[in-house]
Amino acid sequence: MSKSKRTPKELLPHLFRQEYTKMTAVLCRHFGLDHIEIAEDIVSDTFLKASEHWAIKGIPENPTAWLYTVAKNKTKDYFKHIKLFENKIKPSLKLNKKAAQIDIDFDEDIIKDSELSMIFAVCNSQNPTEYQICLILQILCGFSLAEIANAFLTNRERIKKRLLRGRANLRNSNFLIKTLDQKEIQSRLDTVLKSIYLLFNEGYFSKTNNQLIRKELCLEAIRLALILTKNELTDMPQTNALLALMCFQSSRLESRTNHKGEAIKYDEQDKKLWDKSLIEKGNYFLIKACNGNKISKYHLEASIAYWHTTPTGESKWEHILHLYNQLILIEYSPITALNRIFAFSKVYGYKKAISEAEKLKLLEINYYHELLGYLYSEEDMDKAIQHYTLAIELTKSKTEKQTLIKEIEQLRKKKNRS
Amino acid sequence: MKEYALIFRINDIEDFKPSPEQIQERMNWLAGIAAQNKLLDKGNTLLPGPASAKTVKPNNIITDGPYTEIKEFIVGYVIVKAEDIDDAIEMAKANPIFKIGGNIEVREVLKRD
Repeated sequence: MSKSKRTPKELLPHLFRQEYTKMTAVLCRHFGLDHIEIAEDIVSDTFLKASEHWAIKGIPENPTAWLYTVAKNKTKDYFKHIKLFENKIKPSLKLNKKAAQIDIDFDEDIIKDSELSMIFAVCNSQNPTEYQICLILQILCGFSLAEIANAFLTNRERIKKRLLRGRANLRNSNFLIKTLDQKEIQSRLDTVLKSIYLLFNEGYFSKTNNQLIRKELCLEAIRLALILTKNELTDMPQTNALLALMCFQSSRLESRTNHKGEAIKYDEQDKKLWDKSLIEKGNYFLIKACNGNKISKYHLEASIAYWHTTPTGESKWEHILHLYNQLILIEYSPITALNRIFAFSKVYGYKKAISEAEKLKLLEINYYHELLGYLYSEEDMDKAIQHYTLAIELTKSKTEKQTLIKEIEQLRKKKNRS
Repeated sequence: MKEYALIFRINDIEDFKPSPEQIQERMNWLAGIAAQNKLLDKGNTLLPGPASAKTVKPNNIITDGPYTEIKEFIVGYVIVKAEDIDDAIEMAKANPIFKIGGNIEVREVLKRD
């Protein structure tokens, strides 16, 4: 599944991203998820043929249609071979009749349905997070091994293993692509949304400093969520809320890091770099998300992200704190608990926030010490330095270490002056 | 970790309708416990009005509310996880109910299986 670089045109990689998963998904309807590799091989072959053919004869008038036709023919050829094999070599076995009368259709609705079934098949909580994200990237986003390895800052071999195990788990858990049934879709939608959210976070909080990769992961997550909103069965309030959340967050992607890839604190971000069109899209989906009675955690997180896109007004932080209060009641997470304290400090001051924070006792989490370092920096500089030092010991991120070292240096300077 | 019910009582029915500030304070308190991952059940409010509260007594005697004989009445409860009763007491101490003269009863929960 190599992304062809041989074609001089920029078109092919673009088409690959756009069509690879659609084509694999449609073909998988005929092969079943058990034989997804066959579908993937046929689609990869199709792109290979395109790169050779187009380099000589030029790009056809309708490149997508060209790809679909070739993939169709290749699939028919494949089934012919199977037929030959089955009839001549294994005459005892009956040929699958469906395969004999194969009719592959790349009709718009079929693509839509196939893609949706594929998303539901791959986003499977049977697999651990890292496996899920690798599988999503490979099967649903058409990423190459090298690209996935890059995103995870690890080597190809490790990713290959994850993918193999992940695929085996998918087969074992019988997550076959069946017809999309409303009940099943609804009961599994939360798992799918969670996987998409994980993919997004992998990009947003990525270990890699490569801004391009991060952006691409975030955009892929948005693309998958968009597919869900285009189908009646999955266009639910929580889907729109997740989409709104991802749009708001992505609007700050450019301003979150400097050219060295170091994180820039929210207060110090250049708001001119925020992507206004993404903020508008976030607003649109957030309004759409309010078409129901159910408030999901994505609603709350999207609303928090919305407030972060607005200028600091009188009651901004009260609203944010209120949302964090609701969020922590829905689902406990240490990061939510710590973010809530940050909002609390903006409303009730650092002193009260310190006593709230110290109740949490999240001594093993670097962000806990980072937060306390921040809260203590006015009150008690020695304590602030102590906490920042602990945070440095705990964090695995190099850029974060550097940011914290700078913080300590500034505190020391301030201390010497006073 | 043990489980404790915190049972809230107030003295004056007028205080039952909280102001927005009081709601905010209560919410902060509840979320503060959830933030320590110690909230087991956010509980419920128990309505004290005459139409919502009756006491059933022997010999088919039904009285309005709990407040004919005792002055204070229960308005709600939450269930928390705590190391011991002192830990649960510490959580209760931070509740804003004391500002309006209310009190909190802390009771260890023994589970019926």
